[in-house]
Amino acid sequence: MVAVAIVRVRDLFAAGMLFAIYSLLSAALFTVLDAGDVALTEAAVGAGISTILVLAVLALARRYEHPTGGHNLVALFVVIITGAVLVYATLDLPEFGHPDNPAQVHVGPHYIEQSYPDMGVPNMVAAVLASYRSIDTMGEAFVIFAAGLAVFALLSVPPRRRQSGIVPRRPLSDSREDEPADEKEKPDHE
Amino acid sequence: MSTILSFFNYWVVVALMMIGFYCVIARGNMVKKIMGLNLFQTSVFILFVTSGKVSGGSTPILREGVEIYSNPLPHVIVLTAIVVGVAITSVGLALAVRIQEAYGTIEDDHLGDDDDDERLALEDRQRR
Repeated sequence: MVAVAIVRVRDLFAAGMLFAIYSLLSAALFTVLDAGDVALTEAAVGAGISTILVLAVLALARRYEHPTGGHNLVALFVVIITGAVLVYATLDLPEFGHPDNPAQVHVGPHYIEQSYPDMGVPNMVAAVLASYRSIDTMGEAFVIFAAGLAVFALLSVPPRRRQSGIVPRRPLSDSREDEPADEKEKPDHE
Repeated sequence: MSTILSFFNYWVVVALMMIGFYCVIARGNMVKKIMGLNLFQTSVFILFVTSGKVSGGSTPILREGVEIYSNPLPHVIVLTAIVVGVAITSVGLALAVRIQEAYGTIEDDHLGDDDDDERLALEDRQRR
């Protein structure tokens, strides 16, 4: 699968592109699973903004990952053990797509029946996100704003002020100024 | 056979999650680590959306002639999580950029490696 290729490819540029493909594939999967809104967001955010961010970083950092010899056996061991435990745990999960699953019989039907009379918005996801949970969504906007501030604070220090004599591998280009601006725009997108 | 089909999605989620986990702990490059974190995150999204799917259901937008809708609540929480995830990714990448500026590398193994830094700095000066 594409995910394996992302981990294996040493060229970070190729990895970024593969990640965009992966996001698009997962957006398609979300569509198949009836989550149209999630698919749109994933396609726009995962395949779009994330890729731009990775490319902006690669413009500043080195493009090729340092090769490490062979596999990390300890890590592989830990991962396989964890995966086996999780697969064992999935056997307790409810059957996929069954209408009587616990997730479907609790509060879900209430929202499906009541969101239109309550809010008058045919799209239930939008009704829940922007009306029932509007305070939470505002908190999310604050999180994005805080992230934008953090990125700005991290990157706004002029490189000349660093006291160490180590010179970056590549001269800093104009893309450095672009990135905080990019961050600032994001609250508007959502 | 029906068992395998009904659990296949969960297994895909576990596989993706473990690939991302391996990427985070085994790869030294910080950009690669962040990508691994994103893989992990996406697998959780797929798990949530899977739990909201109803067989024969349709996208939860009200319209004529549709009786069964999938559960909209997991979709809402995943929507929030995607956006917050991108915010976290951008902060992580910004940290990586700062580390690159301060140390000249974003490889974990080279951070404490003064000789390497000096050699790289020397190469850079010679190039100018």
